[in-house]
Amino acid sequence: MSIIKGKAYTFGDNINTDVIYPGKYLSITTDRMEMARHCFEAVYPEFMEQARSGDVIVAGRNFGCGSSREQAATCLKYFGISAVVAESFARIFYRNAINLGLPVIVAPGVARMVHHGDDVEVDLEGGSVRNTRTNETIEATKLPDFILKIIDDGGLISHLQRRLGIVKPEEDK
Amino acid sequence: MTIAEKILARASGKPLTEPHEIVTAKIDVAMSHENADVVLRAFKEIGVEKVWDPERIVILFDHRIPAESEKTAATHQRIRAFVKEQHIKHFYDLREGICHQVLPENGHSRPGDVMVGTDSHTTTHGAFGTFASGIGATEMAGVWATGELWFMVPESMRIKVTGMFPKYVSAKDLILHIIGKLGAAGADYKAVEFFGETISNMSIASRMVLTNLSMEMGAKVAIVVPDEKTITYVVQRTNHEFTTLLPDPDAEYAQEIHIDVTDLKSMVACPHAVDNVKPVSEVAGKRINQALIGSCTNGRLEDLAVAAEILHAEKVHPEVRLLVIPASRQVYLAAIEKGYIETFIKAGALVLNPGCGPCLGAHQGLMAPGEVCISTTNRNFKGRMGSSESFVYLASPATVAQSAITGEITPAATTG
Ligand code: SF4
Repeated sequence: MSIIKGKAYTFGDNINTDVIYPGKYLSITTDRMEMARHCFEAVYPEFMEQARSGDVIVAGRNFGCGSSREQAATCLKYFGISAVVAESFARIFYRNAINLGLPVIVAPGVARMVHHGDDVEVDLEGGSVRNTRTNETIEATKLPDFILKIIDDGGLISHLQRRLGIVKPEEDK
Repeated sequence: MTIAEKILARASGKPLTEPHEIVTAKIDVAMSHENADVVLRAFKEIGVEKVWDPERIVILFDHRIPAESEKTAATHQRIRAFVKEQHIKHFYDLREGICHQVLPENGHSRPGDVMVGTDSHTTTHGAFGTFASGIGATEMAGVWATGELWFMVPESMRIKVTGMFPKYVSAKDLILHIIGKLGAAGADYKAVEFFGETISNMSIASRMVLTNLSMEMGAKVAIVVPDEKTITYVVQRTNHEFTTLLPDPDAEYAQEIHIDVTDLKSMVACPHAVDNVKPVSEVAGKRINQALIGSCTNGRLEDLAVAAEILHAEKVHPEVRLLVIPASRQVYLAAIEKGYIETFIKAGALVLNPGCGPCLGAHQGLMAPGEVCISTTNRNFKGRMGSSESFVYLASPATVAQSAITGEITPAATTG
């Protein structure tokens, strides 16, 4: 889990939550697989055809800005995006992604280093991103163990289920 | 360390924290309003039987009170049942007012604490030196289950304010000015610290205006450096222990700003963005249909006082609906005792029950297409207060009161 390999699908700066998951679908569905069919639909309709499960999104600054809708992270996760690497993230998207089990990595300089279609390797634990085509590597913010654990467990709810299940006797004291 | 760094260090049991580090903090206060209904659903999905600490959870109703629909009535009912079942100690049903006023009034907002709320304007409580931030419903379910939550330590920026406000220019004009300058993402992710002589001289209520609206420039938390005023306010309301934390003299800030308010003008945020800020004089003359004094931003006693001063022996323009909504039952009662409510009613205003009122566009005074409202609230997004073809201007209580009399956007007279 700690090393993620995938093809880079790139975006620019300030990709907002309306672009990632169009508002018109908010009231239409609560089905996660259905959400996954509308990623970037309004502005980048080609995404649904060209992107593949396992791809790594590489973006510029302030990825996920705008509304607090959790669906923006949900649709990417259930589409199969294996990680999002960006120069920076909007606060609520970042939190939502982790709590849903979608790895998000801050890596200043990544937008310059990675081009669309490059193969990248993201080391969540070590805190680095490597472009395997050019063999360039940059540092990324390391994710601490417990965040990795939340992601590994598939998000906050299942993480807590697991954790509380294990520590229950102690919690009862 | 800055205040934010110190509080997170204390709450996560570490000697030091640095920006961008991720820590797990123990939560001192967890607040929810009607959206506790969404939280309790996620909480049940986790499958925990009991909340971590029924004394640290605060729940109240303010967004849709009294219930404007059957759906809301059922929501209220489900939450009341949950509160009983879990023995949640601090539950304020629909009779107290808006969360961001009721919590401080009851001593829940304390220096050095970490507070999370399922409401984006939870930053308000930073006026008491609290690390207070808005979170999502799923996360809150996690807090209810475990009492802790992870945070990325924010970079801090500080804003020093000096000078004396001109008459009828207030904290609202100051923060609108700052948001206009920095933009809606100007404090993204950051902890904003307010200090300086103007802040020291400011009332607690005015400080809350600053921390409330800081959310609209993206702040994760906004903190007023606590002083004697803060401590006095808090100890009068609670016996609960707290640790007053102050920034170190050598704390590091990502950005520092200095503002002198001596020549500050009355400001207004024009449709449809909070950072679309202009001096009131630039939009003076714009006809209005509705004027609103209230909300978690400007529904406190000093706000009603200045409005009453301006409306005294005056009449609301015949084509304007002036709504006055005290932020809480306590504010309402004090305003009655001071005679403000009588002034409003004599002037032709409609005084509504303490709560959010039409601020979020749910009920109690929505707008028709083409209508214009001048309001003391904190958001003027498209469709926020009714029709997506209506227009909301945000301003101070003085500007709103003056505009309600003339029927058009008007700065409060500074002479006389
Ligand atoms: S008054 Fe408005 S901004 Fe404040 S809590 Fe209520 S709905 Fe939110």
